[in-house]
Amino acid sequence: MFDLTGMTALVTGASGGIGSAVARALAAQGARLALSGSNVEKLEAFRAELGGDHVALDCNLADGAAVDGLVPRAVEALGQLDILVNNAGVTRDNLAMRMKDEEWDTVIRVNLEAAFRLARAAAKPMMKARFGRIVSITSVVGATGNPGQANYAASKAGLVGMSKALAQELASRGITVNCVAPGFIRSAMTDVLPDAQKEALLGRIPAGKLGEGDDIGAAVVYLASREASYVTGQTLHVNGGMAML
Amino acid sequence: MSETADRVKKIVVEHLGVEAEKVTEDASFIDDLGADSLDIVELVMAFEEEFGVEIPDDAAEKISTVKDAISYIDANKG
Repeated sequence: MFDLTGMTALVTGASGGIGSAVARALAAQGARLALSGSNVEKLEAFRAELGGDHVALDCNLADGAAVDGLVPRAVEALGQLDILVNNAGVTRDNLAMRMKDEEWDTVIRVNLEAAFRLARAAAKPMMKARFGRIVSITSVVGATGNPGQANYAASKAGLVGMSKALAQELASRGITVNCVAPGFIRSAMTDVLPDAQKEALLGRIPAGKLGEGDDIGAAVVYLASREASYVTGQTLHVNGGMAML
Repeated sequence: MSETADRVKKIVVEHLGVEAEKVTEDASFIDDLGADSLDIVELVMAFEEEFGVEIPDDAAEKISTVKDAISYIDANKG
């Protein structure tokens, strides 16, 4: 089950916490990867660590023209593109009343607009192949909201709506479009939280612990697999029960 | 019948799974050949590949019959 041998995948934000776990999980199932990120050194180091014949493609997702070129570069490097994982995301947290235009714009551009541009480009080779998997990493806060994250929550909810529209457009061509919505995942970001805040956070999670990157990797592997061909337009919430949607 | 017309019709038959005799030059992709908007996008992609032409979105929107496709390709292929 869930064997990805012979399949290729483009993963954005691949050197980050969740991104690297997703990349590892896809590679472990046999997929060949194009790893995309903005930090070239980190990306190359991760590619070397992963071994195999994966490729690293640096790309600044805030740059629309560069984003439009990313899928063609991946297709050239991999020969085809079966799976797109829109994982890259940024935060610019601020109370809405203090939020600057550029904080809003940056988050929407990187988290939502880049994902759309990549999906639009990926649909072309996928339509030809009559097979494709587009998985976007959204967030529990896209469904619940979170103070200080109007921009981030909007971008993540936007991914859900976008995926549902694309799912309807592309279903007849063997392409599924889904989202994975992580809750709180252990990462460099959550490691630095003060203990009191961690305690409060854990109190809201029935599972009693933070999630791991691997939990997200497994969810992406499932949605990317051939076995998930009848699942489209869905959001798989991976959050230890903190929000049941 | 021109060589372009033959190749266009062959692509239409293959993509839409319609009988060759239905693919007349006056046939409308949507009204006569049962294509949906996504089929049109795919046909345009297939024409671009077959003939090495680029069909921009505003031109693609004007292609509604087999003849429209043949004329555009004849006028723009290298």
